[in-house]
Amino acid sequence: MATRTTPEIGGMGHSVKRKEDPRFIRGQGTYVDDVVLPGMLHMDIVRSPFAHAKIKSINTEEALKVPGVLAVITGKTLEEYKLHWMPTLMSDTQMVLPTEKVMYQAQEVAAVIATDRYTAADGVEAVEVDYEPLPVVVDPFKALEPDAPVLRDDKEGQKDNRIFHWEAGDKDATAKAIKKADVVVKERIYIPRIHVASIETCGCVASFDKAQGKLTVWMTTQAPHAVRTVLALVAGHVGLSEEKIRIISPDLGGGFGGKVPIYPGYVVAIAASVVIGKPIKWVEDRMENLQADSFGRDYHMDAELAARKDGTMTALRIKTIADHGYTNAAAQPAKWPAGLFSICTGSYDLKSAFAEVDGVYTNKPPGGIAYRCSFRVTEAVHAVERMVDVLAQKLKMDPADLRKKNFIPPEKFPYKSVTGWEYDSGAYEAALDKAMEKIGYAGLRKEQAEKRKRGELMGIGISSFTEVVGAGPSKHFDILGIKMFDSCELRVHPTGKAIARFGTKSQGQGHETTYAQIVAEELGIPAEHVQVEEGDTDTAPYGLGTYASRSTPTAGAAGALAARKVRDKARKIAAHLLEVSEDDLDWEPGKFSVKGAPDKSTTIQEIALAAYTNHPQGMEAGLEATHYYDPPNLTFPFGSYICVVDIDRGTGEVKIRRFVAIDDCGNIINPMIVQGQIHGGLTMGMAPALLEEISYDESGNIQGGSFMDYLLPTAMETPKWETDHTVTPSPHHPLGAKGVGESATVGAPPAIVNAVVDALSHLGVTHIDIPITPEKVWQILKGKGVAE
Amino acid sequence: MAKHKITVTVNGEARSAEVESRLLLVHLLREEFRLTGTHIGCDTTHCGACTVLLDGKPVKSCTVLAVQADGQEIQTVEGLEKDGQLHPVQEGFWQEHGLQCGFCTPGMMMTACALLENSPDPSDAEIRAAISGNLCRCTGYMNIVKAVQYAAAKAR
Repeated sequence: MATRTTPEIGGMGHSVKRKEDPRFIRGQGTYVDDVVLPGMLHMDIVRSPFAHAKIKSINTEEALKVPGVLAVITGKTLEEYKLHWMPTLMSDTQMVLPTEKVMYQAQEVAAVIATDRYTAADGVEAVEVDYEPLPVVVDPFKALEPDAPVLRDDKEGQKDNRIFHWEAGDKDATAKAIKKADVVVKERIYIPRIHVASIETCGCVASFDKAQGKLTVWMTTQAPHAVRTVLALVAGHVGLSEEKIRIISPDLGGGFGGKVPIYPGYVVAIAASVVIGKPIKWVEDRMENLQADSFGRDYHMDAELAARKDGTMTALRIKTIADHGYTNAAAQPAKWPAGLFSICTGSYDLKSAFAEVDGVYTNKPPGGIAYRCSFRVTEAVHAVERMVDVLAQKLKMDPADLRKKNFIPPEKFPYKSVTGWEYDSGAYEAALDKAMEKIGYAGLRKEQAEKRKRGELMGIGISSFTEVVGAGPSKHFDILGIKMFDSCELRVHPTGKAIARFGTKSQGQGHETTYAQIVAEELGIPAEHVQVEEGDTDTAPYGLGTYASRSTPTAGAAGALAARKVRDKARKIAAHLLEVSEDDLDWEPGKFSVKGAPDKSTTIQEIALAAYTNHPQGMEAGLEATHYYDPPNLTFPFGSYICVVDIDRGTGEVKIRRFVAIDDCGNIINPMIVQGQIHGGLTMGMAPALLEEISYDESGNIQGGSFMDYLLPTAMETPKWETDHTVTPSPHHPLGAKGVGESATVGAPPAIVNAVVDALSHLGVTHIDIPITPEKVWQILKGKGVAE
Repeated sequence: MAKHKITVTVNGEARSAEVESRLLLVHLLREEFRLTGTHIGCDTTHCGACTVLLDGKPVKSCTVLAVQADGQEIQTVEGLEKDGQLHPVQEGFWQEHGLQCGFCTPGMMMTACALLENSPDPSDAEIRAAISGNLCRCTGYMNIVKAVQYAAAKAR
């Protein structure tokens, strides 16, 4: 991509080295657990061993005898302050601490406050809880049966375990199209529960200053401003008022969606600090993190794809059962109970589609957070990209040809989909062609045919996904009523340096660098002279935070537009300094010059100084602007991935031999950072495809609640990713950019599954659910009589 | 609980502490010595965020008792930079975009230092094997491998 600024300015398109790195490589980041305050106490949590049980009694006597244990907080304690329940982000309710029963294994039951973390853990051991086990509902299909016990009997009018029923698209037209289709393929596709498992777990340091009445919370949150408002709304009655609440989200060790919800631990720590009047630190351990924090996915999808004989796809229908656990704590925009699942027609010009989702309560921890994706787009993409391959197999067509036949053509953008989306821009075939060329597709197909004759198992899988990111336009998107705009407050200092504050919060994405580059692009102030700050609600402008690849589409746009407001004022000052009319000025990054007399110019730094020392009479001094950006539409990044796998007939092991990823996120701010996001995203796409799964036995015991069983990819399994890109700018984003942080996590899993199924397709295999473990593959090979 | 007096050398400096038998080395470093660059990411010795060098060998300091380190030499991320000069490994991670959130980075860099000490010209496969006990959720490891190669080339 051509750059408009010099490397010294470092605007868009430059691989500027990250500004945040000097502190991280010296071990000088400040993560929540690094915060230490005078007199700080520690909290640890008693958790339920049962998935569903009545609490008969909680005996805290022995715990309180442990030297150093100062308090044990139970649901009854919180009930006195009416803080034992809290709302979820989807307007459901969730226990902070239970007073009557527990609803999932590892649920918080009580909290111990002590002088240090070891003593707090001793206290947890000494708390005695007497439980009476209740019938457990694990299977969401059984939960919907008429005789299933109603789990949420605390909710008035709740007569079954259904949370919601949601539909998108035209049901009748889709049914009709499926009925008259030449060919219809069907699959049951399950995407299991998975956990984001950021390497930093969740935690907080809550510090209530009784004299000032001010609460400060250092917290692992991706959305600090929303947290502040929610706290003010739910704890107003105990004296917490929004101007006296300060949420600081310091350096975060990854987020991926897992740090959007407000977990009970935070609330208990805050309540304890308010009551005790001392700072309280709570940092969960890994097992607590994996067992109790919100989960992603858990979608059971029945998908049908209809087509004509020539491969023209005519209709898609998906019926989904969504396991949300014991409460609907999904981190999703309020009007979208199934998130953006209706993007399920993907990259294809489908004339009819219908999707329905039923959300179900079970005795599991809350699900419904996005595992590095934009609200269920991964589930949607998985379904459609899998089904396209199933159809190709049925029609004996090459999956690349079938995709090309059905892609939305470039001339149809902006494209209105049958489920109601307006795709901003796309050039799908170009991306697939580039991927096929880079990987040598035709040659690979030949190799595969030869290997197949020799009995060797090799597969090639394609995924041509479309994402939908950047929530969002406020007419459609809000969380608890708060519209999903985002913001930037930009101030240029007299010496021409600047500070820019945003309503988002980086968890590793590199905002301190990329946002500075946006300001550099628009003002010509070198990126190294732009200080970026986020995450402190006392100083940053209000915004909804970072998740769903929304930072660049929303706050990034706000940064560009705030900078343009600054530039407009700078133009007036420049006209004053150069004694010409504003219309007589030309702008290039960093300076205004007089039209026709380019040597008569003034730099942005000179203008900044003048804004404080020599501004025109009648103009306000200073050089700053704020912009709250409400995007007119979402952005639709896309890409085509091709994966080549070899399967070991002896062990069932799938080895990714090559993986080519062509991404298109519109105009690129920092190519190095975008590539890093793709590498990480691909690895987090491979993870659930091959390794990660959280499941439960029929008693509701979690299987895989530690890193012993929940397998994150290491450097050994992770292949060498081959990345490249095409550039199709977003027509509505001020920088022509789209979000990118999650594309690869969304697009990679079906490419891998399609490759594995492709390797086994001649044996009659049409689908395998993720994670594709060696055992699963070996069982198939054994069943087909080809295991070695 | 019984307390033990221990003395360790941390980044070249002798430090003493009175510790409980059960105190983990990582907590000694983070909480007693306030060296918070060493992080904690799990409790089962899998993630490697807490990796430090104990007498030159990489160990996961969440699985070593502080008393076991008595009399030994400990190197942490805070000791990598010398006289205002970044260690080649630090430089490599910055140059090659080998980190994103930065949480696994100190442990990852300590493991890399130990590798390069024994194998100054490692292959990519060797690097991947060496860091296989350090989990990174952000980078997909590719740039970490490049970062270690950068450091190896720089140090040679």
